[in-house]
Amino acid sequence: MDKVYIISVFAENKPGRLERITKVLAEANINILAFSITSTNGFGVIKFMVNKCQEAYKLLKEKGFTVSLNEAIGIEMKDQPGGLYEVVKILSSKGINIESASVYVAETRKKAYLIVEVEDTTKAMESLKEENLKFLKPEEIL
Amino acid sequence: MTGAKRGEILQNSMTYGLFTGAFVMHYGAEKVGILVIPAGPGNTERQINLMKDFGTNMLHITPSYALYLASVIYDKGFDPKRDFKLKRAYIGAEPYSEETRIKIENMLGIDIYNCYGLTEMNGPGVGFECPYKSGLHIWEDNFLMEIINPETGEPVPDGEIGELVLTTLNREAMPLIRYRTRDLTRVIPEPCSCGRTHRRITRILGRSDDMFIVKGVNIFPQQIEQILMGIKGVAQNYQIVLESYDEMTIKVEIDRELFDGKIERLIKLKEEIIDKIRSATMVKPKVELLEPGTLPVSEGKAKRVIDNRTI
Repeated sequence: MDKVYIISVFAENKPGRLERITKVLAEANINILAFSITSTNGFGVIKFMVNKCQEAYKLLKEKGFTVSLNEAIGIEMKDQPGGLYEVVKILSSKGINIESASVYVAETRKKAYLIVEVEDTTKAMESLKEENLKFLKPEEIL
Repeated sequence: MTGAKRGEILQNSMTYGLFTGAFVMHYGAEKVGILVIPAGPGNTERQINLMKDFGTNMLHITPSYALYLASVIYDKGFDPKRDFKLKRAYIGAEPYSEETRIKIENMLGIDIYNCYGLTEMNGPGVGFECPYKSGLHIWEDNFLMEIINPETGEPVPDGEIGELVLTTLNREAMPLIRYRTRDLTRVIPEPCSCGRTHRRITRILGRSDDMFIVKGVNIFPQQIEQILMGIKGVAQNYQIVLESYDEMTIKVEIDRELFDGKIERLIKLKEEIIDKIRSATMVKPKVELLEPGTLPVSEGKAKRVIDNRTI
């Protein structure tokens, strides 16, 4: 299974929160490959895919952030019209609901990955096995 | 006592319901022969129409709503002295300053009288101001008044600040003996210019416990604490912030260990806190979820209630 990991950080919706988090990553020389922010009234969750996820998770935890490490699936898509459609069409045909998503553009304008969190990563990957999909491998993001 | 008499009209803009204030004033006014309009609070446009149509002479209202009502009256282009028959207002249920009284008096061109009461003593009829507006006469033929030191329980001499303790003298169904109100005040020992000999107390100066009042509901921080500590996902630290008399904000740190990266879980947690506090206190709070370590760590006794309300 080629699961990847997403780091989720709880943040109050206030100026400076993202700055504090990214400063920790920058100082540890950790590269952010994909990232998203979901926010609601007053608070939000910031999600990162980074090159050294275990290290980043440990570091943020040590620094006192409210952080969790979540499994995700990275699916290759063509960086061209219809690229996203092709992928999500397959996901929906399998009844896989996307809980969060971000995009990782691997080599500029050549290929991109849709990074999704789903309810049951293992089950979802199992059901996608037969499909003609390329998954992002953990070693590709080191 | 304030000149209200038979045939006048009182618009009662207090909440009718489990709150004693509206009913005591309603029945009291009827006993005098005053017509009562049970308007209740809110719907300001209708309040103004009632005042005009019925020729309301008196209002029974909270200070914050009185200020708002007065501002709407001006916004609509009315001149309170010309367009209404208002003479006076009885204002209570929330603490307010002398400055607020004078402001409302000037805006509406009326006299405003302070009253004091508590649900346990049947509501607002414990103490009332006379036309000299310098302290509240306690109805000493109905209540035995003592002011005590809240720590020792010993009475303090007239003039010294302490906790007001009341004993009902003619209540039959549920007499209360030496009921500790937890309200801090002092007796004004000098005789009043109005000639009444019932002693006066000053406005309530504070509380001798940490109870606070929101929307007319008495709430103890411990009630909130008990609820929060029973909810999974909430850390130990919390704070209650009061900015107005009809709203409370509860700041809660989330539990770092239970965070799973899902925003839906956090939204549900917030809703659960709101629901549980509302059903326990009857007040719907505003809830803010905070990162752990955001709230000041208490040394010794935690300061749980931040009361920024001005009186």
